Amino acid sequence: MNYQSEVSPDARKFKSIGTRPLRPDGLDKVTGKARFGADVSAPGMLHGVILRSPHAHALIKSIDTSKAEAAEGVHAVVTRADFGSDFDNPDVMDNVMAGKKALYDGHTVAAIAASSEAAARKALKLIKVEYEVLKGVTDVDAALAPDAPILHEDMVPDGVDPAPTKPTNIAHRHEFGHGDVDKGFKEADIIIERSFKTEAAHQGYIEPHACLATLGSDGRGELWCCTQGHYYVRELCADLLKIEESQLRVTASEIGGGFGGKTTVFIEPVALALSKKSNRPVKIVMSRNEVFRASGPTASSSVDVKIGVKKDGRITAGFANLRYQGGAYPGSPVEFGAMSAFACYDLENVKTVGYDIVTNRPKQVAYRAPGAPMAAFAIESVVDELAKKVGMDPIEFRLKNASSAGSKSSYGPTFSDIGLALTLETAKNHPHYSAPLGPNQGRGVACGFWFNFGGQTSVSLAVNADGTVGLSVGTPDIGGSRASLSLMVAEEMGVEYEKVRAIIADTASLGYNDVTDGSRVTFASGIAAIEASRNACKVMCARAAKTWGIPEDAVVWEDGHAKPAGSNAGDFKPMSLVEIAANASSTGGPIAGHHEINADGAGVSFSTHLADVEVDPETGRAEVVRYTVFQDAGKAIHPSYVEGQFQGGAVQGIGWALNEEYIYDNEGRLQNPGFLDYRIPVASDLPMIDAVILEVPNPGHPYGVRGVGETSIVPPLATVANALAAAAGIRMTDIPMSPPKVLKAIDEAK
Amino acid sequence: MRYEAPETIDAAVTLLAGEKGVARVLAGGTDLIIQMSGDMIEPDLIVDIKRIPLLKQISEEDGGFRIGAAVSGAELGEHAGVCALWPGVVEGVELIGSTQVQGRATLVGNLCNASPAADSVPALVAANAVARVIGPKASRDVPVSEIATGPGKTSLAAGEFVESVFLPARPDRSSDAYLRFIPRTEMDIAVVGAGVSLTLDENDVCTDARVSLGAVAARVLLVEEAAKALIGNKIDDKTLDNLAAAASAAATPINDKRGTVEFRTKVSGVLAKRAATIAADRAKGKK
Amino acid sequence: MSQIHVSTTVNGDAVEFLCEPDETLLTVLRDRLGLTGSKEGCGSGDCGACSITIDGRLVCSCLALGAEAQGCEIATIEGMAEGENLHPLQSKFLEHAALQCGICTPGFLVAAKALLEKNPDPSETEIRYWLAGNLCRCTGYDKIIRAVMDTAEEMKAAKS
Repeated sequence: MNYQSEVSPDARKFKSIGTRPLRPDGLDKVTGKARFGADVSAPGMLHGVILRSPHAHALIKSIDTSKAEAAEGVHAVVTRADFGSDFDNPDVMDNVMAGKKALYDGHTVAAIAASSEAAARKALKLIKVEYEVLKGVTDVDAALAPDAPILHEDMVPDGVDPAPTKPTNIAHRHEFGHGDVDKGFKEADIIIERSFKTEAAHQGYIEPHACLATLGSDGRGELWCCTQGHYYVRELCADLLKIEESQLRVTASEIGGGFGGKTTVFIEPVALALSKKSNRPVKIVMSRNEVFRASGPTASSSVDVKIGVKKDGRITAGFANLRYQGGAYPGSPVEFGAMSAFACYDLENVKTVGYDIVTNRPKQVAYRAPGAPMAAFAIESVVDELAKKVGMDPIEFRLKNASSAGSKSSYGPTFSDIGLALTLETAKNHPHYSAPLGPNQGRGVACGFWFNFGGQTSVSLAVNADGTVGLSVGTPDIGGSRASLSLMVAEEMGVEYEKVRAIIADTASLGYNDVTDGSRVTFASGIAAIEASRNACKVMCARAAKTWGIPEDAVVWEDGHAKPAGSNAGDFKPMSLVEIAANASSTGGPIAGHHEINADGAGVSFSTHLADVEVDPETGRAEVVRYTVFQDAGKAIHPSYVEGQFQGGAVQGIGWALNEEYIYDNEGRLQNPGFLDYRIPVASDLPMIDAVILEVPNPGHPYGVRGVGETSIVPPLATVANALAAAAGIRMTDIPMSPPKVLKAIDEAK
Repeated sequence: MRYEAPETIDAAVTLLAGEKGVARVLAGGTDLIIQMSGDMIEPDLIVDIKRIPLLKQISEEDGGFRIGAAVSGAELGEHAGVCALWPGVVEGVELIGSTQVQGRATLVGNLCNASPAADSVPALVAANAVARVIGPKASRDVPVSEIATGPGKTSLAAGEFVESVFLPARPDRSSDAYLRFIPRTEMDIAVVGAGVSLTLDENDVCTDARVSLGAVAARVLLVEEAAKALIGNKIDDKTLDNLAAAASAAATPINDKRGTVEFRTKVSGVLAKRAATIAADRAKGKK
Repeated sequence: MSQIHVSTTVNGDAVEFLCEPDETLLTVLRDRLGLTGSKEGCGSGDCGACSITIDGRLVCSCLALGAEAQGCEIATIEGMAEGENLHPLQSKFLEHAALQCGICTPGFLVAAKALLEKNPDPSETEIRYWLAGNLCRCTGYDKIIRAVMDTAEEMKAAKS
């Protein structure tokens, strides 16, 4: 759909949109009543626990569960043998429960359901697994070495020319770009080539994965779990358990953070299998240790960048070779990395090549703008250096090369109206950019891009007899979407925000809904909610028309009232939603609206970040002392939650930039599976994060919405690195920029 | 596992001495409970000592203070007397974990957990504090530096536990300080820790000093060479550089997930220097 | 293992329960007493989502044993509002949009309440350090800190 005519300036004055009402789920969340994944139980419930491989790479020779099965309190034990074969999602199956090999430290090998967690844990120790330990590899570059251990004997990558004759750890090769980069580099006056690495980061949601499952021998079941997409959970579980989708009802709990990490299944199929075997409800809650070892952190990366410029600051060519390891199975986000790397720049000659590589680490899952932050770190670091080399202000340099409406993007499409230049110009004129810096402080700037997604969405709403509206959506609310969707319905129907009650419906209640990801909910569920509202308003117009005895098309909906379309239609007093709702039973029965779409036109998003970083020259410790985010939101529906997305993403990026990392020992065992040594930022590490919302409307949405959830994590790695470069005169190419590395760089620069 | 909460020291001693299996003392529990839930230990007996009134007390003794084994970090931090006399010890204790952990964690527990990176121990060692060990035999007083013998290991015999720690009186123009290096601002284990306790004369010349380092060896180090760099000198740049060099030279750290040998060695000197500066400023402020 | 009988007070109510000797107070609250407002984010005292007070002292309930609660006064998020009236911190958290997913919110509220009781006029830095043991991954802390600062202002104004 194109809503160009609706989003043009002055097309409409909003009443509800842009206000900041309290969120509908707020009271439950400040009083402890909200029910998250681990907060429910069921009569007769058993507790499930999981046995995990202590080895990074090992053949599973045999598993003896007999002693565990006989242990006190144990009701069921499952291994891979309890699952079938021929799956639509074989890698998901193998990741959920290891088959022939354990492919990473923490890989599930068996599971037990017992009457108490303590009994289950005790019995876990009685399972005997015979492993043949193999050599493993966790580093992305080491996985490409000629003598590297091979994870999958049948893996021969596509897209590689000439096609390899032997199995490798490369799953896929991707290439994007246009023009002739060789020609472009010949035209350049200055060329900078650098290599960068980023370590894997974890989404770090505070709520561990949790679920409560029942599945009977009749193939009927129910599942309660914390997920970003309960329909997708249903699809995967139905495949893995060989049951019909209609027979499994999945309800999404309140979700304690996800950031992409709760977009697949880990424990859910295991709990269902245990439930089926025991004929009892089974609850599984991951420990924090399990979350780090065996859920889905993001990829680690190794990236080579080459960019050439003319003396006047115009980029002549850009090239990047990106290698991302995505853990034990194909699917690293390198394709997104290769697509997004140069998206901020309007380039004649650009080429990116990406390699999706497997290693003995947990299979990566999406993490906020998956793949983009690593690429942006590399590109924006080199851009910063180039600006300095040609003697230009870093914002001016970016403005000179910035993508704008009509630019052919590095990944193919041509951009329409985009907000990149606006974010840069606003940053340039913001007081932050000209504020004085203290000793050992430096200022950094970087840009970021994210595609944003639409996708399949189904929404239903009902107009109740008392004039209130019930809104059912199928996209779990991860950061305030019940508020933003209610605002859109309120705006459209002309009712007060408080009259709309939004819920996340279960999988039995609506058509399919894609996962809450890709910054898609306020956009796609928003369109569906608006269109569903319009459908309901049409019904209400028809009811008024019936009452008045005039044709349906002679009635329009305005300000919460059905009104005659014009003087020709007749002279009737406008009929309010409340009146129509009250009379619904006598005018045709219940009034409802629904809408189903596969939304496109999500509208790309850009941002510019500014950071002031202070470095302790004697310890290498870097502290962010001021930070400002400038991002195009298209249209901010609930500005507080838009700011929250900007701030939260920026801080996740700051954590990744400075201290967060997966640390493996030589045997491939994770050394820091806890919040003590996986160091996410704490409150005292940070300043306030200023959020500046800019609005370049997206014609793909009736109100101009662009997704806002992800772009904010793209620039911080480079923003902080560029600030560090300004503060200490060092160019860090290795993320995280932890104190030992920074101190070493400072000492070497002396 | 049995849980007992005796109300007298004698009862605690009897319980601990009588246990044939693994017995553990529970005060704050901020290490013990993590070790239990992480399957690192499986005690047969836990003796909760928080119901023994004497162990919950901070008492004045010979111009110094005796701190009971069950006194939490938060309680210690609220004690004006200890804060004034041994600010470095208090700041070391207050760096252990979060506000929540402070509500439970104890100085004695931190000592007996025997981590080389324990935040309160370098300051205690610099303070020359004395632990009172009680057990089935007679009680004995032991310098705190002799409690830990290696990571997670102590010199305590079966059935023994530390009842209190004594912080002695000190001359005028004395003070102390503890600094640690962590990547974040809170919630981390020390990568390096440095404690300095010193006394200045009227001319600001250091007449006595003890310098300690944490997280750079298998146990907290008392660095005599570093103290020598201070004693007899004013705390000026040259003295501090000598101190830093002596501290770095004494460090024998390892590479691990929290830091490198190179980093820890250098930062040992940096922190010793900064802690000495703070301690000296505090000493001068005490007329 | 035989279970231990414990008599205690939770949010002003006299409560009795049986628990295993090695069972944490958090598990008792959540699984035996049905008080699931305290969350387990880490089980090691690193995230603060299980914050409660024992005899007025802020602690992580994952780092205390249920058995230790004998004779104590325990306060959890469920006891923070007085009937229909929210505590000012609860109202300010809603007003400032200081929560996104909300899983850390109970812990932050309990911890912030303990702060304001001890220090009614904290600086931004004091708030940030007091709350450093409460992890939030959604908000970047900005709106949480503002909500606490605003509450302190309002509570001060109400008193004077």
